[in-house]
Amino acid sequence: MAKIMMCGNEVIGEAAIHAGCTFYAGYPITPQNELPQYMSSRMTEAGGTFIQAESELAAINMIFGAAAAGARAMTSSSSPGISLKQEGISYLSACQLPAVIVNMMRGGPGLGNIAPSQADYFQATRGGGHGDYRTIVLAPSAVEEAWHLTHLAFDLADEYRNPVIILGDGILGQMMEPIEVVRKHLHGRVANHDSRKPWALTGCKGRKPNVIRSLYLGEGELEEFNRILQMKFNKIKSKEVRFEPVYTEDSDLVVVAYGTTSRIVRSAISKARHERLHVGMLRPITLWPFPEAELNKLAKKTKAFMVVEMSAGQMVDDVKLSVSGKRPIHFYGRAGGGIPTEEAVLDMIRDILRPKARNKVYI
Amino acid sequence: MAKITIDREACKGCELCSINCPEKLIFMDDSLNIRGVHPAKFRDSDKCKGCKMCAIMCPEICIEVYK
Amino acid sequence: MKKIFGRPRSLRDVPTHYCSGCGHSLAHRLICEVIDELGIREDVIAVCPVGCAVIAYEYWDFDCSEAAHGRTPCVATGIKRVHPDKIVFSYQGDGDLAAIGTAEIIHTANRGENITVIFINNGVYGMTNGQMAPTTLVGQRTSTTPRGRDILRDGYPLKISELLAQLPGPRYVERVSVDTPANIVKTKAAIKKAFKNQINKKGFSLVEVLSPCPTYWGLSPKDACVRISEEMTKVFPLGVIKDT
Repeated sequence: MAKIMMCGNEVIGEAAIHAGCTFYAGYPITPQNELPQYMSSRMTEAGGTFIQAESELAAINMIFGAAAAGARAMTSSSSPGISLKQEGISYLSACQLPAVIVNMMRGGPGLGNIAPSQADYFQATRGGGHGDYRTIVLAPSAVEEAWHLTHLAFDLADEYRNPVIILGDGILGQMMEPIEVVRKHLHGRVANHDSRKPWALTGCKGRKPNVIRSLYLGEGELEEFNRILQMKFNKIKSKEVRFEPVYTEDSDLVVVAYGTTSRIVRSAISKARHERLHVGMLRPITLWPFPEAELNKLAKKTKAFMVVEMSAGQMVDDVKLSVSGKRPIHFYGRAGGGIPTEEAVLDMIRDILRPKARNKVYI
Repeated sequence: MAKITIDREACKGCELCSINCPEKLIFMDDSLNIRGVHPAKFRDSDKCKGCKMCAIMCPEICIEVYK
Repeated sequence: MKKIFGRPRSLRDVPTHYCSGCGHSLAHRLICEVIDELGIREDVIAVCPVGCAVIAYEYWDFDCSEAAHGRTPCVATGIKRVHPDKIVFSYQGDGDLAAIGTAEIIHTANRGENITVIFINNGVYGMTNGQMAPTTLVGQRTSTTPRGRDILRDGYPLKISELLAQLPGPRYVERVSVDTPANIVKTKAAIKKAFKNQINKKGFSLVEVLSPCPTYWGLSPKDACVRISEEMTKVFPLGVIKDT
């Protein structure tokens, strides 16, 4: 199969269909418009359902319905729109419904701008909705990786019956890269009785009625349900952490970065390696569950950490928690849609590893 | 000839049945049911024509009609 | 003697939490009678609102889903689009449908989703202590209009069914009431028609049911029914608003 040039937004759309997604609801917002636009033709052509909803809030609740009905369902938006979906995401987790939510982050807060950003990290990993819930958060750094992580998102959502967030940004969404794409047809609707989803609402023929709900008014009922949810989240934390180590085995400095920013750090590191600077990178692929154990382990060998984000600093907190004071942690971030440059990252690496050069002591 | 049965303990005492019975065959009992309300009571008589007005109005489906 | 009236099969034989004389209980029974008569219990999927009827799934013996407040029509849309052959209905109160969920019901209707909406209009927010609802009448006292609804401060009662009937999407919109036996029979007929429309893929149908709330109207069940016929129907006239 020949590779074609495709942007991240469209690749995620095609990957979703390929993964068996039969229901998509979206709403226009830059920088993810290519995704609903793509789905408006491809999803319909593939035999699934496309709806442009009246708001991102309506869209997430349509996803709730489609997921409750047993379909693989997805919605996408960007930062402000994702804020509108938070209530729905809390309900999805509380009702144990699988769904995929794509956030192509943009500059914030408020209306912000349409430049790329990573300032929704807390919202995604801590949960912007109410209650003790978690969402699995996957962070692609390339268009091809977005294809694979979309498949993973649907599988994890179904396996754990929980919403999964694909956290990209404006660059990843609108950037085109070569990719080998297999187009698939959905052969019409999801089967009425998806045997793997006995809990789904399909009409109670031949079984007791199913109820999808999160209201527990009885004495101690909700607390017990929360206990069950927490057991699930702990299982996810123990089994689903994913990251990519780069030269972390022989590094005095480990840079932690994800998504688009990790690409900038990757090239800065290769240059630094030419200058015989022992620096590596740890790239979280799952932002939740976060690779705490790996960072804690690295903290025994390396001398310092450096975190680079397109934000005022959010993942840096998780790195601090993981390293728990064993090593100094430096931070370089640019908020409001600012993009870190390779030179700036390289300069900081040099400063940290060769403080004599600028008489600054870091280690 | 028809008659009705009233589930005395399920009745919430709203009186909508007694108000709407064209023959005024339903009254509210003096004694209280387990809910602490005066439940509806059928004055058994052959005047009941099984018109179902009482049962149609009953929010608690306490009334069954036989004909 | 044969039993000629009893509990519909689709309605579980359990006491409800509704207040004495509440219209929700009546609406629940009528829906179940219709579902039994159309023989669709095993194909129907309900979406429950947030409000007094939030636990309607405890009483209905068929598949049900919860929905976030006001988003019931969106959940119903999602379910219906995935299972177009199932019968999906959205059961909502006036706060759920005409306040927080106004945009959702308008756009669901405007898309002509082939679902049935049962809209219980009792003029207050019952579950949360009787606050003003969009359909509270001018001058009506509620826990947030202690001196009566004031147009200048609180605006006018919202005639959402007439609003929706203007859109091309809805095919059938009727307002009925459960204040008298005769009206209850009409309500059942309207609900049945709305479900039949969906079965025959005619498109969006909505039945608005004027319903007594004795507790928060501060009236006996009897007087609450009188209030419907004497006051509510003046602002919310009964009858078919649209049937195309």
